[in-house]
Amino acid sequence: MSILDYDFMVRALLAAVFTGLAAPAVGTYLVQRRLALMGDGIGHVAVTGVALGLLTGTSPTITAVLVATVGAVVIEVIRERGRTSGDVALALMFYGGIAGGVMLIGLAGQTTANLHAYLFGSILAISDTDVWVTLALATVVVVVAIGLAPQLFAVAQDQEFAQVAGLRVSVYNIMVAVMAAVTVTVAMRTVGLLLVSALMVVPVATSQQLTRGFRTTLLLAMGLGTAASIGGVVTSFYLPVAPGATIVLIALGGFLAAWPVGLIMRRRQRLSTPFVPWAGQAEHTVVPEEHAHEHGDDCGHTAVEHGDHIDYVHDGHRHAPHGSHYDEH
Amino acid sequence: MSDAPVVAVRDAAVALDGRPILRGIDLTITQGEVVAVLGANGSGKSTLVRTMLGLVPTVRGEVMLFGTPLRRFRQWRRVGFVPQRSSATAGVPATVWEVVAAGRLSRRPFLRPLRRADRTAINDALGAVGLAGRAKDGCSTLSGGQQQRVLIARALAGEPDLFVLDEPTAGVDLQSQQAFADALGLLVGRGATIVLVAHELGPMAPLIGRTVVMRDGRVAYDGPPIATEHEPEHHHGFHHPDLQRGPADHLPVVASPLDRPSREEHR
Repeated sequence: MSILDYDFMVRALLAAVFTGLAAPAVGTYLVQRRLALMGDGIGHVAVTGVALGLLTGTSPTITAVLVATVGAVVIEVIRERGRTSGDVALALMFYGGIAGGVMLIGLAGQTTANLHAYLFGSILAISDTDVWVTLALATVVVVVAIGLAPQLFAVAQDQEFAQVAGLRVSVYNIMVAVMAAVTVTVAMRTVGLLLVSALMVVPVATSQQLTRGFRTTLLLAMGLGTAASIGGVVTSFYLPVAPGATIVLIALGGFLAAWPVGLIMRRRQRLSTPFVPWAGQAEHTVVPEEHAHEHGDDCGHTAVEHGDHIDYVHDGHRHAPHGSHYDEH
Repeated sequence: MSDAPVVAVRDAAVALDGRPILRGIDLTITQGEVVAVLGANGSGKSTLVRTMLGLVPTVRGEVMLFGTPLRRFRQWRRVGFVPQRSSATAGVPATVWEVVAAGRLSRRPFLRPLRRADRTAINDALGAVGLAGRAKDGCSTLSGGQQQRVLIARALAGEPDLFVLDEPTAGVDLQSQQAFADALGLLVGRGATIVLVAHELGPMAPLIGRTVVMRDGRVAYDGPPIATEHEPEHHHGFHHPDLQRGPADHLPVVASPLDRPSREEHR
Protein backbone atom coordinates (compact mmCIF):
# COMPACT_ATOMS: atom_id res chain seq x y z
CA MET A 1 0.00 0.00 0.00
CA SER A 2 1.34 3.39 -0.93
CA ILE A 3 1.83 6.16 1.58
CA LEU A 4 -0.55 8.34 -0.45
CA ASP A 5 -3.45 5.92 0.11
CA TYR A 6 -3.82 7.24 3.62
CA ASP A 7 -5.89 10.44 3.73
CA PHE A 8 -4.09 11.70 6.81
CA MET A 9 -0.75 11.35 5.02
CA VAL A 10 -2.00 13.29 1.98
CA ARG A 11 -3.19 16.06 4.28
CA ALA A 12 0.08 16.02 6.19
CA LEU A 13 2.17 16.16 3.02
CA LEU A 14 0.11 19.02 1.57
CA ALA A 15 0.50 21.01 4.78
CA ALA A 16 4.21 20.16 4.89
CA VAL A 17 4.88 21.31 1.32
CA PHE A 18 3.14 24.64 1.78
CA THR A 19 4.71 25.36 5.17
CA GLY A 20 8.07 24.33 3.77
CA LEU A 21 7.69 26.91 0.99
CA ALA A 22 6.30 29.77 3.08
CA ALA A 23 8.45 29.63 6.21
CA PRO A 24 11.87 30.10 4.51
CA ALA A 25 10.41 32.76 2.19
CA VAL A 26 9.59 34.99 5.15
CA GLY A 27 12.64 33.75 7.03
CA THR A 28 14.93 35.12 4.31
CA TYR A 29 13.71 38.68 4.94
CA LEU A 30 14.03 38.22 8.71
CA VAL A 31 17.59 36.92 8.38
CA GLN A 32 18.44 39.73 5.97
CA ARG A 33 17.46 42.25 8.65
CA ARG A 34 19.32 40.23 11.26
CA LEU A 35 16.09 39.36 13.04
CA ALA A 36 16.54 35.59 12.84
CA LEU A 37 14.98 35.15 16.28
CA MET A 38 11.84 37.11 15.47
CA GLY A 39 10.06 33.88 14.52
CA ASP A 40 10.79 32.54 17.99
CA GLY A 41 9.43 35.68 19.62
CA ILE A 42 6.22 35.47 17.59
CA GLY A 43 5.98 31.73 18.33
CA HIS A 44 6.08 32.40 22.05
CA VAL A 45 3.44 35.09 21.74
CA ALA A 46 1.27 32.69 19.75
CA VAL A 47 1.21 30.40 22.81
CA THR A 48 -0.92 33.03 24.51
CA GLY A 49 -3.13 33.07 21.42
CA VAL A 50 -3.62 29.31 21.51
CA ALA A 51 -4.44 29.41 25.24
CA LEU A 52 -6.91 32.21 24.57
CA GLY A 53 -8.63 29.99 22.02
CA LEU A 54 -8.81 27.09 24.44
CA LEU A 55 -10.13 29.40 27.16
CA THR A 56 -12.85 30.99 25.04
CA GLY A 57 -13.75 27.84 23.14
CA THR A 58 -12.94 29.39 19.73
CA SER A 59 -10.49 27.95 17.21
CA PRO A 60 -6.96 28.18 18.65
CA THR A 61 -5.63 28.73 15.11
CA ILE A 62 -7.67 31.90 14.67
CA THR A 63 -6.84 33.34 18.10
CA ALA A 64 -3.19 32.43 17.52
CA VAL A 65 -3.11 34.31 14.19
CA LEU A 66 -4.64 37.38 15.80
CA VAL A 67 -2.43 37.44 18.90
CA ALA A 68 0.71 36.60 16.92
CA THR A 69 -0.01 39.43 14.47
CA VAL A 70 -0.48 41.91 17.30
CA GLY A 71 2.73 40.63 18.91
CA ALA A 72 4.69 40.90 15.65
CA VAL A 73 3.52 44.45 15.03
CA VAL A 74 4.42 45.42 18.61
CA ILE A 75 7.91 43.93 18.18
CA GLU A 76 8.29 45.86 14.91
CA VAL A 77 7.12 49.14 16.45
CA ILE A 78 9.40 48.75 19.49
CA ARG A 79 12.27 47.96 17.15
CA GLU A 80 11.60 50.98 14.98
CA ARG A 81 11.10 53.44 17.83
CA GLY A 82 13.69 52.10 20.21
CA ARG A 83 16.25 51.69 17.39
CA THR A 84 18.84 49.57 19.21
CA SER A 85 16.64 47.55 21.52
CA GLY A 86 15.24 45.08 18.99
CA ASP A 87 16.65 42.12 20.90
CA VAL A 88 15.24 43.38 24.19
CA ALA A 89 11.81 43.77 22.57
CA LEU A 90 12.07 40.16 21.44
CA ALA A 91 13.06 38.97 24.91
CA LEU A 92 10.09 40.74 26.51
CA MET A 93 7.79 39.03 24.01
CA PHE A 94 9.32 35.60 24.67
CA TYR A 95 8.58 35.71 28.38
CA GLY A 96 5.26 37.52 28.21
CA GLY A 97 3.97 35.12 25.58
CA ILE A 98 4.83 31.91 27.43
CA ALA A 99 3.75 33.21 30.84
CA GLY A 100 0.47 34.53 29.43
CA GLY A 101 -0.22 31.22 27.71
CA VAL A 102 0.42 29.12 30.81
CA MET A 103 -1.71 31.39 32.96
CA LEU A 104 -4.65 31.39 30.52
CA ILE A 105 -4.51 27.59 30.21
CA GLY A 106 -4.78 27.38 34.00
CA LEU A 107 -7.75 29.74 33.95
CA ALA A 108 -9.40 27.55 31.33
CA GLY A 109 -9.19 24.69 33.80
CA GLN A 110 -6.90 22.70 31.48
CA THR A 111 -3.41 21.40 32.00
CA THR A 112 -0.44 22.57 29.95
CA ALA A 113 -0.42 19.11 28.39
CA ASN A 114 -3.15 20.40 26.09
CA LEU A 115 -0.65 22.86 24.67
CA HIS A 116 1.56 19.98 23.61
CA ALA A 117 0.08 19.58 20.14
CA TYR A 118 0.69 23.27 19.46
CA LEU A 119 4.15 23.49 20.97
CA PHE A 120 5.53 20.50 19.08
CA GLY A 121 3.17 20.13 16.12
CA SER A 122 0.66 17.46 15.19
CA ILE A 123 0.78 17.38 11.45
CA LEU A 124 -0.45 13.77 11.19
CA ALA A 125 -3.65 14.73 13.02
CA ILE A 126 -4.36 17.80 10.88
CA SER A 127 -8.00 18.23 9.79
CA ASP A 128 -9.40 19.03 6.34
CA THR A 129 -10.25 22.58 7.34
CA ASP A 130 -6.79 23.15 8.77
CA VAL A 131 -5.20 21.96 5.54
CA TRP A 132 -7.24 24.44 3.52
CA VAL A 133 -6.39 27.28 5.91
CA THR A 134 -2.72 26.32 5.73
CA LEU A 135 -2.78 26.22 1.92
CA ALA A 136 -4.52 29.57 1.60
CA LEU A 137 -2.37 31.45 4.11
CA ALA A 138 0.88 29.93 2.87
CA THR A 139 0.00 30.82 -0.72
CA VAL A 140 -0.63 34.44 0.22
CA VAL A 141 2.70 34.60 2.07
CA VAL A 142 4.65 33.08 -0.83
CA VAL A 143 3.01 35.32 -3.44
CA VAL A 144 3.77 38.45 -1.40
CA ALA A 145 7.32 37.35 -0.56
CA ILE A 146 8.16 36.73 -4.22
CA GLY A 147 5.96 39.35 -5.89
CA LEU A 148 7.17 42.21 -3.72
CA ALA A 149 10.73 40.87 -3.55
CA PRO A 150 12.37 43.99 -5.07
CA GLN A 151 10.68 46.31 -2.58
CA LEU A 152 11.10 44.04 0.45
CA PHE A 153 14.74 43.46 -0.49
CA ALA A 154 15.46 47.17 -0.79
CA VAL A 155 13.80 48.00 2.52
CA ALA A 156 15.57 45.22 4.42
CA GLN A 157 18.91 45.99 2.78
CA ASP A 158 19.01 49.72 3.37
CA GLN A 159 16.08 51.42 5.03
CA GLU A 160 17.19 55.00 4.41
CA PHE A 161 17.90 54.43 0.75
CA ALA A 162 14.51 52.79 0.35
CA GLN A 163 12.84 55.78 1.98
CA VAL A 164 14.57 58.21 -0.38
CA ALA A 165 13.51 55.96 -3.27
CA GLY A 166 9.96 56.80 -2.25
CA LEU A 167 9.04 53.48 -0.61
CA ARG A 168 6.75 53.49 2.43
CA VAL A 169 9.29 51.81 4.65
CA SER A 170 7.10 51.32 7.71
CA VAL A 171 4.35 49.74 5.61
CA TYR A 172 6.78 47.15 4.27
CA ASN A 173 8.23 46.51 7.72
CA ILE A 174 4.79 45.87 9.16
CA MET A 175 4.00 43.69 6.16
CA VAL A 176 7.00 41.45 6.90
CA ALA A 177 6.00 41.29 10.57
CA VAL A 178 2.45 40.25 9.70
CA MET A 179 3.71 37.69 7.18
CA ALA A 180 5.97 36.26 9.85
CA ALA A 181 3.07 36.04 12.31
CA VAL A 182 0.85 34.30 9.77
CA THR A 183 3.62 31.86 8.87
CA VAL A 184 4.29 31.05 12.51
CA THR A 185 0.66 30.15 13.07
CA VAL A 186 0.52 28.15 9.87
CA ALA A 187 3.65 26.21 10.78
CA MET A 188 2.35 25.72 14.30
CA ARG A 189 0.50 22.60 13.12
CA THR A 190 3.48 21.29 11.19
CA VAL A 191 6.54 21.68 13.41
CA GLY A 192 5.06 23.30 16.50
CA LEU A 193 5.48 26.78 17.94
CA LEU A 194 8.79 26.01 19.63
CA LEU A 195 10.36 24.81 16.38
CA VAL A 196 8.71 27.18 13.89
CA SER A 197 11.65 29.49 13.75
CA ALA A 198 13.92 26.61 12.78
CA LEU A 199 11.96 26.11 9.57
CA MET A 200 12.16 29.86 8.89
CA VAL A 201 15.86 30.25 9.56
CA VAL A 202 17.75 26.98 9.05
CA PRO A 203 17.01 26.58 5.31
CA VAL A 204 18.13 30.18 4.78
CA ALA A 205 21.34 29.57 6.71
CA THR A 206 21.97 26.43 4.64
CA SER A 207 21.15 28.18 1.40
CA GLN A 208 23.47 31.12 1.96
CA GLN A 209 26.41 28.77 2.48
CA LEU A 210 26.18 28.00 -1.21
CA THR A 211 24.84 31.16 -2.86
CA ARG A 212 26.07 34.63 -3.67
CA GLY A 213 22.81 36.35 -4.53
CA PHE A 214 19.63 37.20 -2.69
CA ARG A 215 17.26 35.73 -5.23
CA THR A 216 19.05 32.39 -5.40
CA THR A 217 19.24 32.29 -1.59
CA LEU A 218 15.50 32.86 -1.33
CA LEU A 219 14.55 30.24 -3.90
CA LEU A 220 17.03 27.63 -2.70
CA ALA A 221 15.87 28.13 0.91
CA MET A 222 12.27 27.52 -0.16
CA GLY A 223 13.35 24.34 -1.95
CA LEU A 224 15.34 23.14 1.06
CA GLY A 225 12.47 23.92 3.42
CA THR A 226 10.05 21.92 1.29
CA ALA A 227 12.47 18.99 1.00
CA ALA A 228 13.00 18.89 4.77
CA SER A 229 9.25 19.08 5.45
CA ILE A 230 8.42 16.26 3.05
CA GLY A 231 11.36 14.22 4.34
CA GLY A 232 10.24 14.62 7.94
CA VAL A 233 6.64 13.61 7.28
CA VAL A 234 7.64 10.59 5.18
CA THR A 235 10.22 9.48 7.76
CA SER A 236 7.64 9.65 10.53
CA PHE A 237 5.38 7.37 8.49
CA TYR A 238 7.94 4.58 8.49
CA LEU A 239 9.68 5.21 11.81
CA PRO A 240 8.25 5.92 15.25
CA VAL A 241 9.50 9.53 15.32
CA ALA A 242 7.75 12.87 15.79
CA PRO A 243 7.36 14.58 12.37
CA GLY A 244 7.98 18.12 13.65
CA ALA A 245 11.30 17.29 15.27
CA THR A 246 12.33 15.16 12.29
CA ILE A 247 11.67 18.03 9.87
CA VAL A 248 13.90 20.33 11.91
CA LEU A 249 16.64 17.72 12.29
CA ILE A 250 16.66 17.05 8.54
CA ALA A 251 16.96 20.80 7.92
CA LEU A 252 19.83 20.99 10.39
CA GLY A 253 21.46 17.99 8.72
CA GLY A 254 21.32 19.92 5.45
CA PHE A 255 23.10 22.82 7.12
CA LEU A 256 25.82 20.55 8.51
CA ALA A 257 26.38 19.15 5.03
CA ALA A 258 26.48 22.57 3.33
CA TRP A 259 28.59 24.35 5.93
CA PRO A 260 32.00 22.83 5.04
CA VAL A 261 31.32 23.49 1.36
CA GLY A 262 30.57 27.13 2.16
CA LEU A 263 33.67 27.34 4.32
CA ILE A 264 35.89 26.08 1.52
CA MET A 265 34.23 28.35 -1.05
CA ARG A 266 34.66 31.42 1.16
CA ARG A 267 38.29 30.57 1.89
CA ARG A 268 39.04 30.16 -1.80
CA GLN A 269 37.27 33.44 -2.50
CA ARG A 270 39.26 35.28 0.16
CA LEU A 271 42.58 33.95 -1.08
CA SER A 272 41.94 35.06 -4.64
CA THR A 273 40.69 38.56 -3.74
CA PRO A 274 42.89 41.00 -5.67
CA PHE A 275 45.46 43.00 -3.72
CA VAL A 276 44.71 46.71 -3.84
CA PRO A 277 47.31 48.39 -6.03
CA TRP A 278 49.21 51.16 -4.34
CA ALA A 279 48.99 54.47 -6.15
CA GLY A 280 52.55 55.62 -5.40
CA GLN A 281 55.84 54.38 -6.79
CA ALA A 282 56.61 51.02 -5.21
CA GLU A 283 60.12 50.19 -4.09
CA HIS A 284 61.77 47.65 -6.33
CA THR A 285 62.83 44.66 -4.23
CA VAL A 286 64.19 41.69 -6.09
CA VAL A 287 63.52 38.30 -4.56
CA PRO A 288 67.00 37.06 -3.57
CA GLU A 289 66.39 33.30 -3.69
CA GLU A 290 66.72 31.25 -6.85
CA HIS A 291 63.50 29.75 -8.17
CA ALA A 292 63.44 26.06 -8.92
CA HIS A 293 60.43 26.62 -11.11
CA GLU A 294 58.65 29.33 -12.98
CA HIS A 295 55.43 30.66 -11.41
CA GLY A 296 52.47 30.01 -13.66
CA ASP A 297 48.98 28.61 -13.85
CA ASP A 298 49.99 25.22 -12.47
CA CYS A 299 52.90 26.03 -10.13
CA GLY A 300 50.78 25.30 -7.08
CA HIS A 301 51.09 28.79 -5.58
CA THR A 302 47.96 30.88 -5.17
CA ALA A 303 47.76 33.44 -7.96
CA VAL A 304 46.22 36.76 -6.97
CA GLU A 305 45.45 39.73 -9.17
CA HIS A 306 47.40 42.88 -8.25
CA GLY A 307 46.64 45.84 -10.49
CA ASP A 308 47.95 45.01 -13.96
CA HIS A 309 49.80 41.80 -13.05
CA ILE A 310 49.62 38.61 -11.00
CA ASP A 311 51.23 38.06 -7.58
CA TYR A 312 52.09 34.52 -6.47
CA VAL A 313 51.69 33.85 -2.76
CA HIS A 314 54.88 32.19 -1.59
CA ASP A 315 55.44 31.21 2.08
CA GLY A 316 53.72 34.36 3.30
CA HIS A 317 55.33 36.59 0.63
CA ARG A 318 54.01 37.87 -2.65
CA HIS A 319 56.19 37.30 -5.69
CA ALA A 320 55.51 39.25 -8.85
CA PRO A 321 57.19 38.32 -12.15
CA HIS A 322 59.46 41.13 -13.39
CA GLY A 323 61.43 40.37 -16.50
CA SER A 324 63.89 37.61 -15.72
CA HIS A 325 63.36 37.61 -11.93
CA TYR A 326 60.66 37.99 -9.26
CA ASP A 327 59.91 41.07 -7.20
CA GLU A 328 58.87 41.05 -3.59
CA HIS A 329 55.45 42.74 -3.31
CA MET B 1 12.19 72.23 -16.52
CA SER B 2 10.81 74.64 -13.94
CA ASP B 3 12.94 77.44 -12.55
CA ALA B 4 12.40 76.43 -8.93
CA PRO B 5 15.60 75.74 -7.01
CA VAL B 6 16.49 72.07 -6.65
CA VAL B 7 16.83 72.35 -2.89
CA ALA B 8 15.43 75.19 -0.81
CA VAL B 9 15.76 75.23 2.95
CA ARG B 10 14.09 78.16 4.74
CA ASP B 11 14.87 78.98 8.37
CA ALA B 12 15.01 75.30 9.23
CA ALA B 13 15.77 73.90 12.67
CA VAL B 14 16.21 70.24 13.54
CA ALA B 15 16.09 68.60 16.94
CA LEU B 16 16.77 64.93 17.56
CA ASP B 17 15.07 63.61 20.70
CA GLY B 18 14.54 67.17 21.88
CA ARG B 19 18.17 68.15 21.46
CA PRO B 20 18.73 70.96 18.94
CA ILE B 21 21.07 69.83 16.18
CA LEU B 22 20.58 72.39 13.40
CA ARG B 23 19.20 75.89 13.59
CA GLY B 24 18.75 78.93 11.38
CA ILE B 25 19.51 77.04 8.19
CA ASP B 26 18.86 78.94 4.97
CA LEU B 27 20.15 77.29 1.86
CA THR B 28 19.23 77.39 -1.80
CA ILE B 29 20.82 75.09 -4.31
CA THR B 30 20.06 75.60 -7.97
CA GLN B 31 20.25 73.22 -10.88
CA GLY B 32 23.73 72.14 -11.90
CA GLU B 33 25.48 73.25 -8.73
CA VAL B 34 28.08 70.96 -7.16
CA VAL B 35 28.09 71.66 -3.45
CA ALA B 36 30.44 70.22 -0.85
CA VAL B 37 29.21 70.30 2.74
CA LEU B 38 32.19 70.36 5.07
CA GLY B 39 32.66 70.59 8.81
CA ALA B 40 33.96 68.86 11.89
CA ASN B 41 32.43 65.75 13.37
CA GLY B 42 29.19 66.67 15.08
CA SER B 43 28.87 69.97 13.23
CA GLY B 44 25.58 68.80 11.69
CA LYS B 45 26.69 68.37 8.08
CA SER B 46 25.26 64.88 7.82
CA THR B 47 22.03 65.94 9.51
CA LEU B 48 21.77 68.81 7.04
CA VAL B 49 21.65 66.58 3.96
CA ARG B 50 19.40 64.09 5.72
CA THR B 51 17.03 66.95 6.47
CA MET B 52 16.99 67.90 2.79
CA LEU B 53 15.77 64.37 2.02
CA GLY B 54 13.16 64.22 4.75
CA LEU B 55 15.00 61.50 6.67
CA VAL B 56 15.10 63.84 9.65
CA PRO B 57 12.03 65.95 10.47
CA THR B 58 12.35 69.70 10.93
CA VAL B 59 10.95 71.36 14.05
CA ARG B 60 10.54 74.67 12.24
CA GLY B 61 11.08 76.15 8.82
CA GLU B 62 10.51 74.50 5.50
CA VAL B 63 12.35 72.24 3.08
CA MET B 64 11.44 72.14 -0.61
CA LEU B 65 12.75 69.83 -3.32
CA PHE B 66 12.24 70.94 -6.93
CA GLY B 67 9.81 73.57 -5.71
CA THR B 68 7.58 71.14 -3.79
CA PRO B 69 7.43 71.06 0.01
CA LEU B 70 8.87 67.73 1.24
CA ARG B 71 5.54 66.71 2.73
CA ARG B 72 3.95 66.65 -0.72
CA PHE B 73 7.06 65.65 -2.68
CA ARG B 74 6.52 62.44 -4.68
CA GLN B 75 9.08 62.63 -7.50
CA TRP B 76 11.63 60.54 -5.65
CA ARG B 77 12.90 59.19 -8.96
CA ARG B 78 14.65 62.55 -9.39
CA VAL B 79 16.69 62.03 -6.22
CA GLY B 80 19.64 59.68 -5.75
CA PHE B 81 21.02 59.09 -2.28
CA VAL B 82 24.23 57.46 -1.10
CA PRO B 83 23.91 56.94 2.65
CA GLN B 84 26.82 57.15 5.07
CA ARG B 85 27.73 53.52 5.32
CA SER B 86 30.85 51.49 4.88
CA SER B 87 29.17 48.24 3.95
CA ALA B 88 26.71 47.12 1.29
CA THR B 89 26.10 43.78 2.97
CA ALA B 90 23.21 42.54 5.08
CA GLY B 91 22.31 39.25 6.78
CA VAL B 92 21.67 37.49 3.47
CA PRO B 93 24.17 37.61 0.60
CA ALA B 94 23.30 39.79 -2.37
CA THR B 95 25.06 40.22 -5.68
CA VAL B 96 26.37 43.56 -6.87
CA TRP B 97 23.70 43.52 -9.58
CA GLU B 98 20.89 43.00 -7.08
CA VAL B 99 21.98 45.89 -4.88
CA VAL B 100 22.39 48.24 -7.85
CA ALA B 101 19.04 47.11 -9.29
CA ALA B 102 17.37 48.49 -6.15
CA GLY B 103 18.31 51.91 -7.53
CA ARG B 104 15.72 51.45 -10.30
CA LEU B 105 12.85 50.90 -7.86
CA SER B 106 11.72 54.51 -7.92
CA ARG B 107 11.38 54.30 -11.71
CA ARG B 108 9.76 50.88 -12.00
CA PRO B 109 6.01 50.44 -12.08
CA PHE B 110 4.71 48.39 -9.15
CA LEU B 111 4.98 44.60 -9.62
CA ARG B 112 6.55 44.97 -13.07
CA PRO B 113 9.77 43.11 -13.95
CA LEU B 114 12.94 44.87 -15.08
CA ARG B 115 12.70 46.26 -18.59
CA ARG B 116 15.47 46.78 -21.09
CA ALA B 117 15.92 50.43 -20.08
CA ASP B 118 16.37 49.33 -16.45
CA ARG B 119 19.04 46.81 -17.38
CA THR B 120 20.88 49.34 -19.50
CA ALA B 121 20.83 51.87 -16.67
CA ILE B 122 22.14 49.29 -14.17
CA ASN B 123 24.93 48.23 -16.51
CA ASP B 124 25.84 51.85 -17.24
CA ALA B 125 25.97 52.63 -13.52
CA LEU B 126 28.23 49.65 -12.87
CA GLY B 127 30.47 50.72 -15.72
CA ALA B 128 30.63 54.30 -14.45
CA VAL B 129 32.11 53.17 -11.12
CA GLY B 130 34.41 50.64 -12.77
CA LEU B 131 32.66 47.49 -11.54
CA ALA B 132 31.21 46.25 -14.83
CA GLY B 133 32.88 42.86 -14.50
CA ARG B 134 31.70 42.27 -10.95
CA ALA B 135 27.91 42.28 -11.45
CA LYS B 136 27.43 38.63 -10.55
CA ASP B 137 29.79 38.68 -7.58
CA GLY B 138 28.58 38.72 -4.01
CA CYS B 139 28.86 42.13 -2.34
CA SER B 140 30.65 40.63 0.65
CA THR B 141 33.57 39.60 -1.56
CA LEU B 142 34.33 43.23 -2.47
CA SER B 143 36.68 45.53 -0.63
CA GLY B 144 35.26 48.38 1.45
CA GLY B 145 35.97 50.88 -1.29
CA GLN B 146 34.34 48.71 -3.93
CA GLN B 147 31.27 48.25 -1.72
CA GLN B 148 31.01 52.01 -1.42
CA ARG B 149 31.19 52.19 -5.21
CA VAL B 150 28.30 49.71 -5.39
CA LEU B 151 26.19 52.08 -3.28
CA ILE B 152 27.12 54.94 -5.59
CA ALA B 153 26.21 52.84 -8.63
CA ARG B 154 22.86 52.10 -7.00
CA ALA B 155 22.09 55.81 -6.80
CA LEU B 156 23.45 56.39 -10.33
CA ALA B 157 21.18 53.67 -11.73
CA GLY B 158 18.11 55.76 -10.89
CA GLU B 159 19.42 58.49 -13.23
CA PRO B 160 18.67 61.21 -10.68
CA ASP B 161 18.61 64.97 -11.24
CA LEU B 162 19.72 65.56 -7.65
CA PHE B 163 22.48 63.42 -6.24
CA VAL B 164 23.07 63.50 -2.48
CA LEU B 165 26.08 61.73 -0.98
CA ASP B 166 26.89 61.42 2.69
CA GLU B 167 30.65 60.92 3.11
CA PRO B 168 30.99 58.74 0.02
CA THR B 169 34.75 58.49 0.17
CA ALA B 170 35.34 58.05 3.91
CA GLY B 171 37.92 55.29 4.30
CA VAL B 172 37.95 54.49 0.60
CA ASP B 173 41.13 53.48 -1.24
CA LEU B 174 42.58 55.87 -3.76
CA GLN B 175 41.61 53.77 -6.79
CA SER B 176 37.98 53.79 -5.68
CA GLN B 177 38.12 57.51 -4.94
CA GLN B 178 39.30 58.13 -8.48
CA ALA B 179 36.62 55.85 -9.96
CA PHE B 180 34.13 57.73 -7.87
CA ALA B 181 35.36 61.18 -8.93
CA ASP B 182 35.08 60.05 -12.56
CA ALA B 183 31.48 58.95 -12.01
CA LEU B 184 30.70 62.30 -10.42
CA GLY B 185 32.30 64.08 -13.36
CA LEU B 186 29.95 62.16 -15.65
CA LEU B 187 26.96 63.38 -13.65
CA VAL B 188 28.21 66.96 -13.64
CA GLY B 189 28.48 66.70 -17.41
CA ARG B 190 24.82 65.68 -17.58
CA GLY B 191 23.84 68.80 -15.66
CA ALA B 192 22.92 67.03 -12.44
CA THR B 193 22.89 68.83 -9.11
CA ILE B 194 25.21 67.32 -6.53
CA VAL B 195 25.33 67.75 -2.76
CA LEU B 196 28.21 66.01 -1.12
CA VAL B 197 29.16 65.65 2.54
CA ALA B 198 32.87 65.04 2.89
CA HIS B 199 35.78 65.04 5.24
CA GLU B 200 38.36 65.25 2.52
CA LEU B 201 37.70 65.96 -1.12
CA GLY B 202 40.74 64.26 -2.67
CA PRO B 203 40.28 63.67 -6.40
CA MET B 204 36.82 65.28 -6.25
CA ALA B 205 38.15 68.74 -5.42
CA PRO B 206 38.23 70.07 -9.02
CA LEU B 207 34.52 69.31 -9.46
CA ILE B 208 33.31 71.33 -6.49
CA GLY B 209 31.77 74.69 -7.34
CA ARG B 210 30.54 75.76 -3.93
CA THR B 211 31.33 74.94 -0.32
CA VAL B 212 29.06 75.05 2.69
CA VAL B 213 30.89 74.80 5.98
CA MET B 214 28.87 73.69 8.98
CA ARG B 215 29.85 74.56 12.50
CA ASP B 216 27.91 73.81 15.65
CA GLY B 217 24.65 73.27 13.78
CA ARG B 218 24.80 76.46 11.73
CA VAL B 219 26.09 77.37 8.30
CA ALA B 220 29.44 79.03 9.05
CA TYR B 221 30.46 79.67 5.47
CA ASP B 222 28.71 79.43 2.14
CA GLY B 223 30.54 80.39 -1.03
CA PRO B 224 33.17 79.40 -3.56
CA PRO B 225 35.58 76.63 -2.55
CA ILE B 226 38.03 77.89 0.01
CA ALA B 227 41.79 77.99 0.19
CA THR B 228 43.54 75.38 -1.82
CA GLU B 229 47.29 75.01 -1.66
CA HIS B 230 47.62 76.79 -5.01
CA GLU B 231 45.81 79.89 -3.91
CA PRO B 232 47.94 83.04 -3.76
CA GLU B 233 49.21 83.81 -0.29
CA HIS B 234 47.64 87.28 0.01
CA HIS B 235 44.09 85.95 -0.28
CA HIS B 236 44.48 84.36 3.03
CA GLY B 237 42.85 86.01 5.94
CA PHE B 238 40.35 88.05 3.91
CA HIS B 239 38.53 85.28 2.20
CA HIS B 240 36.10 84.13 4.83
CA PRO B 241 36.46 86.20 7.93
CA ASP B 242 33.59 84.31 9.51
CA LEU B 243 35.80 81.26 9.86
CA GLN B 244 38.69 83.08 11.43
CA ARG B 245 37.30 84.08 14.73
CA GLY B 246 39.91 81.89 16.29
CA PRO B 247 40.00 79.92 19.48
CA ALA B 248 37.01 81.66 21.11
CA ASP B 249 34.86 78.99 19.48
CA HIS B 250 34.60 75.85 21.53
CA LEU B 251 34.83 73.57 18.53
CA PRO B 252 38.19 72.56 17.09
CA VAL B 253 39.36 74.75 14.24
CA VAL B 254 38.68 72.06 11.67
CA ALA B 255 36.65 74.50 9.65
CA SER B 256 37.48 72.80 6.40
CA PRO B 257 40.03 70.27 5.28
CA LEU B 258 40.95 72.60 2.46
CA ASP B 259 42.05 75.25 4.87
CA ARG B 260 45.67 75.32 5.76
CA PRO B 261 46.27 73.71 9.12
CA SER B 262 48.06 76.69 10.67
CA ARG B 263 45.91 79.65 9.71
CA GLU B 264 46.95 81.75 12.65
CA GLU B 265 50.58 81.83 11.56
CA HIS B 266 49.74 83.19 8.14
CA ARG B 267 48.05 86.29 9.38
